[in-house]
This record gives sequence, structure tokens and C-alpha cells, in this order.
Amino acid sequence: MKGNEALAEAAIRAGCRFFFGYPITPQTELAAYMAKRMPKENGVYLQAESEIAAINMVYGASAAGKRAMTSSSSPGISLKAEGISYMAGADLPGVIINVQRGGPGLGGIQPSQSDYFQATRATGHGDFHLIVLAPSTVQEMTDHAYIAFDLADEYRVPVMVLADGMLGQMMEPVVLPEPKTDAAEKPWAVTGHKGERPHNIANSLYLAPERLEETNVERYERYERIKAAEQRAEEYLVEDAEIVLVAFGASSRIARSAIDKAREKGIKAGLIRPITLWPFPVDAIEAAVPGAKAFLTVEMNMGQMVDDVRLAVNGRRPVEFFGRTGGIIPTPAETLAAIERVAASLEGGAR
Amino acid sequence: MAAPVNMLLAGFGGQGILFAGKLIAYAGLIEGRELSWLPSYGPEMRGGTANCSVCLSDEPIGSPLVLEPDVLVAMNQPSLDKFIDSVVPGGKVIVDSTMCQRLPERADVDVFPIPATQLAEENGLKGLASVILVGKLLREIGFCDPRTLDAAIAKSVPARKAHLLPKNRKAFEIGMLNEDGESVPVCSLPEDWAVE
Repeated sequence: MKGNEALAEAAIRAGCRFFFGYPITPQTELAAYMAKRMPKENGVYLQAESEIAAINMVYGASAAGKRAMTSSSSPGISLKAEGISYMAGADLPGVIINVQRGGPGLGGIQPSQSDYFQATRATGHGDFHLIVLAPSTVQEMTDHAYIAFDLADEYRVPVMVLADGMLGQMMEPVVLPEPKTDAAEKPWAVTGHKGERPHNIANSLYLAPERLEETNVERYERYERIKAAEQRAEEYLVEDAEIVLVAFGASSRIARSAIDKAREKGIKAGLIRPITLWPFPVDAIEAAVPGAKAFLTVEMNMGQMVDDVRLAVNGRRPVEFFGRTGGIIPTPAETLAAIERVAASLEGGAR
Repeated sequence: MAAPVNMLLAGFGGQGILFAGKLIAYAGLIEGRELSWLPSYGPEMRGGTANCSVCLSDEPIGSPLVLEPDVLVAMNQPSLDKFIDSVVPGGKVIVDSTMCQRLPERADVDVFPIPATQLAEENGLKGLASVILVGKLLREIGFCDPRTLDAAIAKSVPARKAHLLPKNRKAFEIGMLNEDGESVPVCSLPEDWAVE
């Protein structure tokens, strides 16, 4: 299955019955698959009149306690920004898929990872975070869509799956998960109180600053719990690595190929692959610092995640960056050359 | 354990090059191998050139984007000219010689021409030149069991087009049986092979 289709099927199997979309390359297969499948599952597929409408429909369905999702690609996510912020402010779960393409502006339609800052720092205005999952295979597109709904419900935060055009368009073997029902208890859901309980409100407007601060403080306490429990990363040959690459999603696959070639040349390279971009897997970086001589991030952007690695390394080791952008996928050969440059700088003692 | 193979299939949009790639990918899936199929997408798909990368391996696949193919399947001259220099030394090149008048001059790759488009038209298989090329590819490279590829064809032809299944199998057979003068096929049809 194509990544986009596998992700859509996994969302349905996770109990999502409300999908609101708007077409944009390279995520369109996802919406097309939902259009075909949702009616058969008695679910709702609705092509909204705009991205803004679609995210606000997710807000509505989530407020009613239902598993809801929207998907788009980079420029469309910018349009959804306001709605995502409102969802965060109202403590609503919900799943947002970004199949990234090159930017800024309309950019291009080829794969990119240049929405890292947007996803992890400022998906909209205000003090908030999303949980951000970064798949690197079609199998993970499936797995992440499946767990995203559970994470969203558990912490009452929107969850983003940050994919890219390569993962969305490619086909790989995939094992689909068993269907599950949306069983989470949601006593906060706005479902009609029949006069039997105080009414629930899904709201992000607090005109009293003390009350607004209170909601933010409470939310950040939840974020601390998420940071403690939900950091995920995969390691490859890190144990004896002197040069530790850090790469997520599509570029992590290229990094892995380059590491194999570097090992053949006697360079001890390894890979930390963040699976959660927020919370960033600082613990995995921390554990690698003592053995590492240098870090190198490989990204399909001008250098974004490198900031998070530098924060985690905190000056103890050099942290270098290599990337291509605009829709260009770095090659294993040029990534290997970047590893060799770092190796050479270490031998020369240069920083 | 078979060697990993990185293939690039390229042609005009509408020639069936993505479908040909899918057949190879499904064959890998059926044999339980690691595989990836990555299409080019975008403006070039609307009537221009189309290509797809297919990787088959027994190890997890790193980059699914094939920039230095072991195998190139070229369905037209622009694709052949564009990608021939990227083929690794010792690589194999399958060429639809109906569509490519100039064959590559490289001496360090094996070129297997087959007039696939002409063969398709002569046999009432219009539009199935790409499947003939897959047959030729399997004959010369042997990346899977021929029965597996037959199963991949059955899986890939959608139910509403089931009447086209025999034609697809016939196209595959034509490619598998194609004589190329000097080459010794590494893979041949099963003895009990029959199209209907």
C-alpha cells in the first residue's frame, strides 16, 4: 500500500470515524482513500470548503468526544494553524496529518522536512505543544496513525503525524493493525447533559488573565508528564559510535545507508532516530553524549532539528548539520561525504 | 539469499511504467522480501516522463530513491538518455527498442533491447509493452521465481479488469521468450506454463 493509504486505513482501524479534508499534493491519496472507505464504516468523510473549515470540523467532532482527523500538506497546515491552536486551548484531542512538501509559500510538491519548527515550536499562536510523531517507513505511517488517537485521548492534546511526500507516495509491505473501537471515557465531551450533570464547554477563551494562566500552567504540567513518558527514539549502531547522526523520517533512511558505507570505511558512525519530535528524545541524546565525539544532523531543510540536538548536547560536543531542501532528497553518497568531513575535523582537532 | 537490486523504470506517462514497477514490487512482497516502490509524482506525470524506483532486498531498505540503478528499464529515448550514465558499472539495461532508436554506447553495462511496443501491437496487446519488458527483465536478471511474477500479475490486475488478465500473462510470456541473440536467459517459464 502507498503510505498515504496505509495511514488512512490505520486511522479507521483506530476508531476514527470523522475525517475532514481538503485536497493538496502530496497527501491527496489519503483523503481519496477516506472518501472510499468511511461510508462503508458508517463514518463521515467530508471534503470541506477550505483547510480552515476542515480543522474546525475536527474541533467540533473532537469536542463531541469522537475520534476525528484531518490531513494536509505544508501550506494547508499553515491555514489550519488557528484551529489547531484553538484545539490546544480547549484541551481537545484530534489527529492532524502533515505530508510535508517544500516551502516556504506554495513551495513545491516534492518531499521536505521543513515544517519541523512549525510542528514542534509554533503550529499556531499561544503557549502550547502538539505531540509530534515522525514515521520513517510505510509501516510506521500505519503504526503512528494507530497510536496517535490513543495519545491524543490520554493527554487531551492534538497529535500530529509529520510525514513527507516520499513516505506518502511510496509503497512498502505493511502489516495492518487489528480494528479497535473508540472506547476512551470522555466525561468532558459536549454531548448533551439532559439536565443530569453540569453542562460541558469546549472553549479556549478566558478573559480573566489569572484563569488563563491557570489553564496554561495545568497544560504544561501535562506536558511534563508527556516528556517523561512518551519520548521515543530508535538507535542504530550508537553503542560504539564516535559520530552520532541524528535524523528523522525519510532522511533517517538515507542516514542509515550512509552509516553502513561509513562503517565499511572504518568510521564509527551511528544513528539516533527521533520517533517523537515533540517531546524531543533528549534522554537518548544525553545517553549518547559520553561516547560521542561529535553529532551530525541530517535533514531535508536548512537546519531545524539541529537546534534541538544542540540544546540537548548543551555545548559538550560539536553538533554539525547537513541537509538538502526545496524537495531534494539527500543522497547516501553526499551524506557519507558529510560524515567524512566531520571525521576529518575530529582528527585535525578542529572545532 | 538473493543480492539486493535497485531498479529504475522510466518512460512516458501512460506507458504503464508505474504498473510494471508494481508488478516487481508485488513479486517481492509475495516472496517475503524487503521492498520499496517510489514513484515520481508531480507535473511530469501529466503527459511527460514518469519513473519509479523499485528496491528489492533481504535487508531493510535505506534510501528508496534509486539514483544509481543496478537495473534500468527505459521505455523511451529521453528516459534512456537521461538515466543511462547513472547505471552502475556491470548494470543491466532493458530497452524498448521500438521507442529507442539509439542504443547506449557504454561498454560496461549489459544492454538488452526488445521491441516491446511493436511486439505488443502485433499480438493485440496494445498498452502492455511495459509487461513485456518485465518479462524480458525477469528472463535476463531473474529477480524472482516466474510463478511469483505470475501471481503478482494476478494480484495487480483489478477485479473490474479481470478480462485483461490473460493479455497481461501473454505479454509476460512474450517478454520471457524473447530471444536476444547472444544472451543466455537466467530465468525461464515453468514447464507447465499456459496462458489461459
